[in-house]
Amino acid sequence: MKKDLVIIGGGPAGLAAAVAAKEAGVDDLLILERDARLGGILNQCIHNGFGLHTFKEELTGPEYAGRYIDKVLALKIPYKLNTMVVDLTEQQTVKENRKLVTVMNREEGLYTIEARAVILAMGCRERSRGALNIPGYRPAGIYSAGTAQRYVNMEGRMPGREVVILGSGDIGLIMARRMTLEGAKVKLVAELMPYSGGLKRNIVQCLDDFGIPLKLSHTVVDIKGKERVEAVVIAQVDEHSKPIHGTEEEIKCDTLLLSCGLIPENELSEGLGVEMNPVTKGPKVNESLETDRKGVFACGNVLHVHDLVDYVSEEAAQAGKRAAAYLQGSLPEVKREIPIKAVNGVRYTVPVSLDVERMEDIQVVRFRVGNVYRDAAIEVSFNGNVVSSRKKKVLAPGEMEQIVLKKIDLEQIEDLRDITVAVRQKEEKIHG
Amino acid sequence: MDKKEFVCIGCPLGCNITVETDGAEIKSITGNTCPRGADYVTKELTDPRRIVTSLVRVQGGEMPVVSVKTASDIPKGKIGECIRTLKKIELQAPIHMGDVVAENVCGTGINVVATRTVDKL
Repeated sequence: MKKDLVIIGGGPAGLAAAVAAKEAGVDDLLILERDARLGGILNQCIHNGFGLHTFKEELTGPEYAGRYIDKVLALKIPYKLNTMVVDLTEQQTVKENRKLVTVMNREEGLYTIEARAVILAMGCRERSRGALNIPGYRPAGIYSAGTAQRYVNMEGRMPGREVVILGSGDIGLIMARRMTLEGAKVKLVAELMPYSGGLKRNIVQCLDDFGIPLKLSHTVVDIKGKERVEAVVIAQVDEHSKPIHGTEEEIKCDTLLLSCGLIPENELSEGLGVEMNPVTKGPKVNESLETDRKGVFACGNVLHVHDLVDYVSEEAAQAGKRAAAYLQGSLPEVKREIPIKAVNGVRYTVPVSLDVERMEDIQVVRFRVGNVYRDAAIEVSFNGNVVSSRKKKVLAPGEMEQIVLKKIDLEQIEDLRDITVAVRQKEEKIHG
Repeated sequence: MDKKEFVCIGCPLGCNITVETDGAEIKSITGNTCPRGADYVTKELTDPRRIVTSLVRVQGGEMPVVSVKTASDIPKGKIGECIRTLKKIELQAPIHMGDVVAENVCGTGINVVATRTVDKL
């Protein structure tokens, strides 16, 4: 089978990328989805709060996904469900570069699709217990928060009755409310850090509304029970995240949910040899959201973990548009890549570089900060000279930030060598 | 004079807002960055409301449950009763996104609607 464009993943990123590519004139395209339905993780996010930016109304996850699925159906974009991509490689012939996408499903078995371009939209997965190094037996009753969410919200099953949640990321907070509404007793949420990784509004709506305690600077140090979880032991931690002896407390429960971070799912990208960003654990991309492999684009949570799905859709639409330009021969070759450097509190940027000739009139650069900052500013510099500074009352690691670069500004800089994005705090500004 | 502390849920800023009250009367609101903060705490004091999202059982569908929401926010005190009402309902597939699952839930005047489509198996 030959295709111009293959989109790996039918979640919010894959759907928006496909719609944008089709609208830009790519007709020979295909979405590959490993689950039984399109929509990805949104299917199990039955709470509201999605789409405030995109649709100016508060939708639930399935409703937000539904808007994009309807577009995919209306545009007659082909897709395959229950289909897993098992391998992704490249083949260079004299004439052209082709991507070989090896897929598998129950009806057709194992076969290879030759694609001229690929959009990576595989999303992310949760950090597991193994990755968290919690000692104790391996009884039943330990779930990642997202797994529990799927059981409850899509399969109508309850994972347990008495619950402790480790990690105060948004999925953990949302599940604390969900399990409570379904009749479980959520005893507490323990968070290793001295601040929550989730949105404040979720702490109010999901914990405070139901009187669920949040213990900051606490972690699980032991899991009791051999066949089924019987209790967990939590302890306070010091500033180096080490448990403080004597603060241990045993809490009876039959279920432990883990909400301790998300990791982009990049086995396929790594198999292809795409250059990765060690900070985001996603591919490094340029202004066109193109990886170091020509014709391979990335968007959504496989690229970097987002806080709002609205930004995923926006980014993915851009990837779809740029992939279309690549296929139509209207995307110029990369000539001069200007690095975008993340410094002083900025952990990373997406993209990591841009080519002024290739860029569109406006370029959005997204990033996250590494700490909580108050009354700070986000500073952008060209060749080390500050060109803009935007005040921010609060900057937090849980929220994605962005700056916008204009092509006309960049064209005016003679010998542009680098762009930096930095957090500047008030005090430092006075000194320097 | 009573003092109450709130975290505003209007936006990601999450302002810490202090309200001073004398009986039912609000004397002062401090700590909010914008007027939405004042609106939020006033509502929290007089008539706190939430949109409720949950599930309803489905017979003969591709999924055993359908996700639902209250079409607009209902009084916070009615959340538990609303959930209990929804637990008693059993629907027959197919169900379409937007279908009314329960009318005037718990006398709030607000309908509960399906937030996804569940096809017949």
